[in-house]
Amino acid sequence: MARVAVTVPPSAKRGEIIEIKTLAQHEMETGFRRTQTGELVPRDIITGFVCRYNGVEVFRAELHQAMAANPLIAFTTVAAESGTLEFTWTGDHGYLANQKAEIKVV
Amino acid sequence: MRAAAFFFAVVCVWLQAAEIPLAERRSGYEFMGRETRAMQDDDTTNPALFSLLDGEQLWNRPDGTAARACAGCHGDAAQSMKGIAARYPTVAGGKPINLEQRINACRVEQQRAPAFAYESKELVALTAYVGRQSRGMPIAIEANDATRPRLEAGRALYERRQGQLNLSCSQCHDDNWGKLLAGSPIPQGHPTGYPIYRLEWQGMGSLERRLRNCMIGVRAEPYAYGSPEMVQLELYLMWRARGMKLETPAVRP
Repeated sequence: MARVAVTVPPSAKRGEIIEIKTLAQHEMETGFRRTQTGELVPRDIITGFVCRYNGVEVFRAELHQAMAANPLIAFTTVAAESGTLEFTWTGDHGYLANQKAEIKVV
Repeated sequence: MRAAAFFFAVVCVWLQAAEIPLAERRSGYEFMGRETRAMQDDDTTNPALFSLLDGEQLWNRPDGTAARACAGCHGDAAQSMKGIAARYPTVAGGKPINLEQRINACRVEQQRAPAFAYESKELVALTAYVGRQSRGMPIAIEANDATRPRLEAGRALYERRQGQLNLSCSQCHDDNWGKLLAGSPIPQGHPTGYPIYRLEWQGMGSLERRLRNCMIGVRAEPYAYGSPEMVQLELYLMWRARGMKLETPAVRP
């Protein structure tokens, strides 16, 4: 099963810039490699990542070949209100991973 | 006479110059860039995290015809496995044995399950999980009557020139550490964080995998996984790093 990990500060001051780190377990097979018998290894990568903050999209990334295995995506956003951050990774062969994190804004 | 004694002393010092003094030993961590260090320091960005989680799952999963989990005998790994990785490889019944082999021996004898293949995700994950319980502890390999012959054999291999490039491990890692080899710093070669997540591999691997890399690098024929030569070399390297802190699972470039 796809494992993912996210790090979100549990609480923040209103208007504070917070750093969010995400890590997804994925081989990120480029599709350029061949086996010893010369057959192409089919591409199998994460193609998209979205973060929604209380339903509003705050960060989006497109991923391509030759990005590292187990991609680490770190970004910042402004702590606007208490609520839920939702993370979604999508990829080849129906890859789908979800994670949620709560944040308390005071 | 005095001159002869002085000359003898100079020769002695020169002969020993190859070995790094204990106080000057540095982990491979210190040769890494800022970003790679940050990756290792934060448990949530260290990509070895997933392997640790896999290892934890394997630790608690009943397996084999005995239908027994590691946890069934050893309980909480945080208690029972603390300090274990700092004492491996060791010598048992006259034979050198590393942590991977110990885990597999337990699988075969106690769980009555087939041994995991070397470098399989399962074996690396379980080794990393066991190793993690000793993080921060000093490496505690002892040179005693049982280990000394194997240790010396490992040292001999370490100091022997090999391969088409005719290089010994010692020539790079004792004599030229800190200099650059094709743009990358040469570390001292202390196995303080295995199994590691190596960025070049895009995944986890054992010390033996890393040693085979080096052997292929000097165009020598690498020893097979689990061979006595390999384990003796591991034993010597861990003894050479005695007292240094374990970082398992480390990140290396």
